[in-house]
Amino acid sequence: MSTIALPRSIRRTFPLLREPALLIPLVGVGVLIYLAVLPLFMLFYGSFQAEVAPRQFVHTLQNYQAAYASEYTYSTFKNSVIFASGSAGLTFLFGTILAWLVERTNTPLRIIFLPLAVVPLILPGVLESIAWIFLLSPKFGYLNVALMALFGLESAPFNIFSLPGMIWAHSVGQVPLAFLMMVAAFKSMDPSLEESALMSGAGTWQTLRRVTLPLLMPTCGSVLLILFVRTLESFESPALIGIPARIYVYTSEIYLAFNEYPPDYGRGAALAVGLLLLSAAGVWLYTRSTREVKKFQTVTGKAFRPRQFDLGPWRWAGFAFLTTYFLIVVLLPFLVMLWASFLPFFATPSWDALPKLTFENYQYLYTFRPFWRAMQNSILLAVMTATAAMVLTSLVAWIVYKSRLPGSWMLDFLAFVPITVPGIVLGMALILLYVAFPIPIYGTIWVLLIAYVTRYIPYGMRAASGSIMQIHGELEEAAAASGASWWETFKRVTLPLLRPGLAAGWIYICIVSFREFSTSVLLATGDSQVLSILLFGMFEQGQVTVVAAIGILMILTLLAIVAVFYKLSGRVGIQT
Amino acid sequence: MIEIKTLVKTFADRSSDRVRAVDHVSFKVEDGRFYTLLGPSGCGKTTTLRCIAGLERPDSGEIEVAGSKVYSSANGAFVPAYRRPIGMVFQSYAIWPHLTVFENVAFPLRVGKPRLGGDEITRKARGALEQVELGGLEQRMATQLSGGQQQRLALARALVRAPQVLLLDEPLSNLDAKLRERMRVELRELQRRLRITTLYVTHDQIEALSMSNTIAVMSAGVIVQEGAPREIYMHPRTQFVAQFIGSTNQVGGRLRALESEGRASVDSEVGELLCGVTSEVAAGSQVAVVIRPEDLILHPRKPSGLPNVVEGKVATVMFLGEYLDCTVEIGKKVLQTHQPRSLGVRRGEAVWVELPVSQCLALPSEGGGAG
Repeated sequence: MSTIALPRSIRRTFPLLREPALLIPLVGVGVLIYLAVLPLFMLFYGSFQAEVAPRQFVHTLQNYQAAYASEYTYSTFKNSVIFASGSAGLTFLFGTILAWLVERTNTPLRIIFLPLAVVPLILPGVLESIAWIFLLSPKFGYLNVALMALFGLESAPFNIFSLPGMIWAHSVGQVPLAFLMMVAAFKSMDPSLEESALMSGAGTWQTLRRVTLPLLMPTCGSVLLILFVRTLESFESPALIGIPARIYVYTSEIYLAFNEYPPDYGRGAALAVGLLLLSAAGVWLYTRSTREVKKFQTVTGKAFRPRQFDLGPWRWAGFAFLTTYFLIVVLLPFLVMLWASFLPFFATPSWDALPKLTFENYQYLYTFRPFWRAMQNSILLAVMTATAAMVLTSLVAWIVYKSRLPGSWMLDFLAFVPITVPGIVLGMALILLYVAFPIPIYGTIWVLLIAYVTRYIPYGMRAASGSIMQIHGELEEAAAASGASWWETFKRVTLPLLRPGLAAGWIYICIVSFREFSTSVLLATGDSQVLSILLFGMFEQGQVTVVAAIGILMILTLLAIVAVFYKLSGRVGIQT
Repeated sequence: MIEIKTLVKTFADRSSDRVRAVDHVSFKVEDGRFYTLLGPSGCGKTTTLRCIAGLERPDSGEIEVAGSKVYSSANGAFVPAYRRPIGMVFQSYAIWPHLTVFENVAFPLRVGKPRLGGDEITRKARGALEQVELGGLEQRMATQLSGGQQQRLALARALVRAPQVLLLDEPLSNLDAKLRERMRVELRELQRRLRITTLYVTHDQIEALSMSNTIAVMSAGVIVQEGAPREIYMHPRTQFVAQFIGSTNQVGGRLRALESEGRASVDSEVGELLCGVTSEVAAGSQVAVVIRPEDLILHPRKPSGLPNVVEGKVATVMFLGEYLDCTVEIGKKVLQTHQPRSLGVRRGEAVWVELPVSQCLALPSEGGGAG
């Protein structure tokens, strides 16, 4: 990416303006600026504004004073840092141990744990938090009750409504991410590096300590960093666990500034700017560190057959760890959700409760209009977001990686910007933008569509650019040399080759849109209600068993989306 | 027929300069001929080919293919690639992985004008596959073919439209040595049979020498010598050509005097030599005397009455099967020679090297010293 070539490329750009080929990139730049840059501009603007959407701009620093010089400033900062670093550490620990056991040891049955470790991805963060409240609430948490009965304890051993509780509920949902990143790192490690340690006389543990771990250090650093940033941006457990427990982090402060009466948009915006800068700094460090990792010799992208460590009798300890982890962390939240969805009112599991199990919650939902509207909105938004984001990003990726047009690096950069914007910050920014917008889309699902598309552009970009870069340029040139016009080439060669990669990106965006929470929480209201926010509201009102039923239906819908995708991708023919 | 006049193509460079990849290149390929652009990577041969195909847009010049101007900077004409009467084989073959063998070959017929009926497409595509001996594999996925088969498939696809001109971009470079040798023969036979005007791009001198009617050697965006293979090999006009084609000994020196019949005497690193000379070399100028290893003769004893004989010491002897690769030190200069297997020489022995006058050629020195 050449950044100094700008004046030259502009000089070359102007005579080309007459060509339609350049109109497309310009439209792309326009759309991306509108989606990714304009809201951030409005956020900065709003954070210095005395009141929202006034006739005149009155400059003030009061918002920043209210946000960063109050009696809560220190505790919010402290909570955020503890929450983010604690979650990053715990998630990383679990992810790394799982990845190592599954990928690099002779732990029995490790092959079946590979897909199982990824299962929690299907559980939306809101449900993860709710499930752990069911399990670890000091009053009625199933695990607490069971442990108290088992050991004759006076009081509950765990309290989910605490910082460690928040960290736990958030971490277990993030483990699959850390797991996948570490599996990739373990996989790409050249086994001969370890083999030569063994040949030099180092034992299994010495090799692990002296060669394997040091080689992985740069990767570990960048994984920890991205986990830290993602936790800082998250709002699921801060909302469901933190707010009732009066433990506030930055995301919940922004939410509260918006939700108090009257809403303090200015303070919210000032807080959002701070969170945005923090997260942008984190992402910047992350991209820098991954660049460092690439310099490190182990990660070559070459497929190795990694060495297996012989754990000896310890492999049964590994097996016990995997089994316990799977039962408690992966399976239990699903089970408790399922159980609660059949209860008429919340009760601890017992043989007495068994005959009381009922379909009442599901019957109630059947006639509950807001549920159907939210379900419809969520599905509609998921499909529209995935489609719009993939169309946009495949176009952008094609321009960036294939067209070689001047200034296309700018498109690449703009498409990357949203990754630095925490969901709740984007929500705040879009409120500031669309409250005063000439077209009345605030309060409709169109604002949510814009928000989701903006958020997931970087994901779409990754899928699209990955598949576009894989297509050798000569495949398209061969079509031209065979007499195919631009359109014929695109239809018959480019698109069929791109389809598997784009479909994978589509389904991923579909899933994450369907479960989106932290942006929707500020933007979804009334007619534009979505499932995750409906859940949140009903949980706050205490309708916990109905919430469990909605959760189960949500999971089933996600599973259906994935199943349909696998069926479709089989038909479009992903062959190699 | 292909005719190119003063073709120029530049690319933007990192340092904001523009690099001339093709620098005023002109040549003409007559109907039915096999013409090769030969040169090291980065010499502009592939860019020239891609300009003819229409995959690159030249900066200036003129390109005529089969009697029609497909590009001319004078009147701004530029026919897009898909409207040019060409077939092309790419270095990577560019076989589409999502299509069957049959569909790969049928593609040009399906997208081209005029639109053909299904029966005719089937007939022509099968015909093209038969031509390259891929009949019977129609329904295989293209990716299931071996490297050599993919190469033939690419050829069938390039020929199926019966184009006026065939463009080949290093088509054999991804094959292993044995297969490459066979494909050289097959490709040339096919070209002769179809009498199709062919432009071939390669960096492999053996391919160029064995297949072409005419070779153009390119370097740094210009054609440095054009001629029949024998001409290029026997009478290289520059040090670069001599060095690039085949292995060559180069002996530095100064031209002392021009003599009769294109002969000259040279004061060289290894003593006085009598050489052939081109008219471009003036007396007193620096020259490089070039001679092929297989042309040098070794004598165990000093022969009498022969010109161009110098004494040396055998430095290395390597048995290569077909011949002995034997290097000889003459002072600081090392000459490489190819000798018959029967020659009994050993390391360290004294020998007399004969540089036959008819095989020595004095070329204007290009600096950089003798290699």
